[in-house]
Amino acid sequence: MTTGEATKNRSGALLEGIRSSSWQSRAAVAVVAVLIVLLLVQGVRDPGQFTSQLLIGLTNGAIIALIALGYTLVYGIVELINFAHGDNFMIGSFVGLTVLSGTLFGLGLFSPISGDSGAALKIAGVLIALVVAMAACGAINVGIERIAYKPLRNSPRLAVLITAIGMSFILQNLGLVWKGPAQVPFPDLISSANALPGDTIVFRWKDVFVIAVTVPLLLGLSYFIKNTKQGKAMRAVAQDKEAAAMVGINVNRTISITFLLGGILAGASGVMYGLFNGITVFNVGFTQGLYAFTAAVLGGIGNLSGAVVGGLLIGVIGSMADQYIGVRWTAIVIFAVLVLVLVFRPTGLLGDRSATQGGGSDRA
Amino acid sequence: MKGIRKVGMLAALGVASALTVAGCGGGGGGEGQGGAAEGPTATIVSDFPLQGANRAQTETMVNAIRLALEERDGMAGEVTVEYESLDDATAQAGQWDEAKCAENAQSVAQRDEVVGWIGPFNSGCAAVEIPILNEAGLGMISPANTAIGLTKPGGEPGEPERYYPTGERNYTRVIIADDKQGAAGATLMDEEGFESVYILDDRETYGQGLADQFERTAEELGIEVLGRDGIDGSASNYRSLMERIAQEQPDAIYFGGIIENNAGQLLKDKVGAGMSNDDVAFIGPDGIFVDELLNQAGDAAEGIYVTFGGLPEEELSDEGQEFVENFEAQYNEDIQPYTAYAYEAANVMLDAIERAYEADGDVTREGVLREIFATEDYEGVLGEWSFDEDGDTTLTELSIQRVEDGQFTLDRTLDVSDTVASVE
Repeated sequence: MTTGEATKNRSGALLEGIRSSSWQSRAAVAVVAVLIVLLLVQGVRDPGQFTSQLLIGLTNGAIIALIALGYTLVYGIVELINFAHGDNFMIGSFVGLTVLSGTLFGLGLFSPISGDSGAALKIAGVLIALVVAMAACGAINVGIERIAYKPLRNSPRLAVLITAIGMSFILQNLGLVWKGPAQVPFPDLISSANALPGDTIVFRWKDVFVIAVTVPLLLGLSYFIKNTKQGKAMRAVAQDKEAAAMVGINVNRTISITFLLGGILAGASGVMYGLFNGITVFNVGFTQGLYAFTAAVLGGIGNLSGAVVGGLLIGVIGSMADQYIGVRWTAIVIFAVLVLVLVFRPTGLLGDRSATQGGGSDRA
Repeated sequence: MKGIRKVGMLAALGVASALTVAGCGGGGGGEGQGGAAEGPTATIVSDFPLQGANRAQTETMVNAIRLALEERDGMAGEVTVEYESLDDATAQAGQWDEAKCAENAQSVAQRDEVVGWIGPFNSGCAAVEIPILNEAGLGMISPANTAIGLTKPGGEPGEPERYYPTGERNYTRVIIADDKQGAAGATLMDEEGFESVYILDDRETYGQGLADQFERTAEELGIEVLGRDGIDGSASNYRSLMERIAQEQPDAIYFGGIIENNAGQLLKDKVGAGMSNDDVAFIGPDGIFVDELLNQAGDAAEGIYVTFGGLPEEELSDEGQEFVENFEAQYNEDIQPYTAYAYEAANVMLDAIERAYEADGDVTREGVLREIFATEDYEGVLGEWSFDEDGDTTLTELSIQRVEDGQFTLDRTLDVSDTVASVE
């Protein structure tokens, strides 16, 4: 009885919602529905193809999501768009590359780890590259915060924004000096063979690697923020800096830790990007950063789950557009979706600044 | 005109003053004493991207121009020639930069002592520079631009007229243009028995124009074009695209574009999507004919074809072989595909300056420009050729390179005069 009542209420609320909605949002829902139906039709027509593209989109999206987390994490705490994040990601891929090459400042520490090395050496190489890059990028991010953002914490927003762009250019040019302007190849350490039996659906070991790095990092981050004391402090600082300080939270340290976490994610995604795509370049942080930032906004900036959803969505939309519309249209489609979402939900799909305050609830 | 080359050689040895240099080509002949003397001076400049993936190549081009000048003791006939090398790349872009191209052209346009321009390297850069230098009446010889629209209709609407605001032509090139290079790609497919192709380009003047030319010839030859797409040069990967192409099961993929626009990644993802270079051939243009590609793409580059609007060093004329020897003796660098073309461009320019002085008694931009276009039956390192009225070379022999054991090796040479004629 009660359930029946509840259902009735719910459908009543839904009807009420539809009645009160504007014709624009009705049209938008209709367009989205049509698109989804069209995609599903394609999916039924050639399920292997559809699934392969979906998986490609998800793995590409996972990398974007990991970068997007760095943007959103920092925004959630200090309401600053850390433009240097994308370039820190690029530095991460360069650090990984340097570790794998075994040469630092002209000193040959060990012979380069390449595609011909043994399996154990490859695994060790990947792990060490990941750890070193995470540590380096974490330190860089904390350093940037100390030098360029902290002194400006009480200045007008625009000042910090400009220093962030400045840091972005500095890092980008350091990368340029370091590895030169041409694309640099990464050693092929992870097999491109299909991890699934048969060849209708392609899911390579490289894709497995991306998921194997991304998912634990996401879970770890989510645990850290929800369940640890430090995570609690972060959520408190995000809500109200002064009040948090009043109850004895060290605000400066908490902000530093947030930047550390952001940097760690940048380092991990940098190495992962290089190993996955096989090529990196000094301005990769700009393009990837732009997509990641878009993902963060799409999902709702400041919202951790939003960044993941936004990243995966951009990846999938990209691969579906490549497959069914044409490569020339992909960027147009992705940014059209962004504009559409923001027009109807200005705070993004999952809402603004809520994750660091305890999950995905819509606060806006 | 073999004599010219010999004189050049002897001049390098310091005995040039004993010999008379015969004028070359189009009736502009005359006599001039070699050797240093008080007399008129002129400046030529070159303009190449000296930073980025093509750096190793463009540096040899600058050296080739230096060599050409040194072999004549710094003289074009009685004219003392100064040479200056400009860079049209920025470190930020990692390749040629439109603003830098315009800046170089504008500053040179105002310097009256400059009478000749060798370059640029990229067709997109040429599209910016030609109109500026056209207004200044400065003669240009490019060793490397292949985009068809720079000199002939067949590119975008309004080409080539929009590059020449004064209505007078001032631009020539010693490399074979893309109508012929595109035709070479299609002819190669025909010879190999490939029946279908998927065409990609990098959305730039050069790449898109070349892909258009290729598409035209391919259709003419009865090759089925399965699709056409333009890639984003800064995308992280092209897996979705390659997955989609794999479905179409083409015999070959053609890419019109340059290495800077992620050609290495494109190749990796092509092979990664199960289309090995043995099953699905990959054909690219001279824009990816750079050793750096082999470094970037690794094993994925093995077996790809590259068309080149000219001949590799081993196929050059006797003069060409001589040049290769001299160059390698003088500079500790490997010859790159365009090195000989820069050398040829420099020699054509220097000959034009010489003839202009002989005819006019003065070196002016106008005179040099006239003499560049008058170049006829020139016997240089590339063989015997002339400029046609559009400033294009009359050569029609191109080469196809293939990557074998991690190196570009000559696969065959193709004469496309028949194919081009049938398309037109």
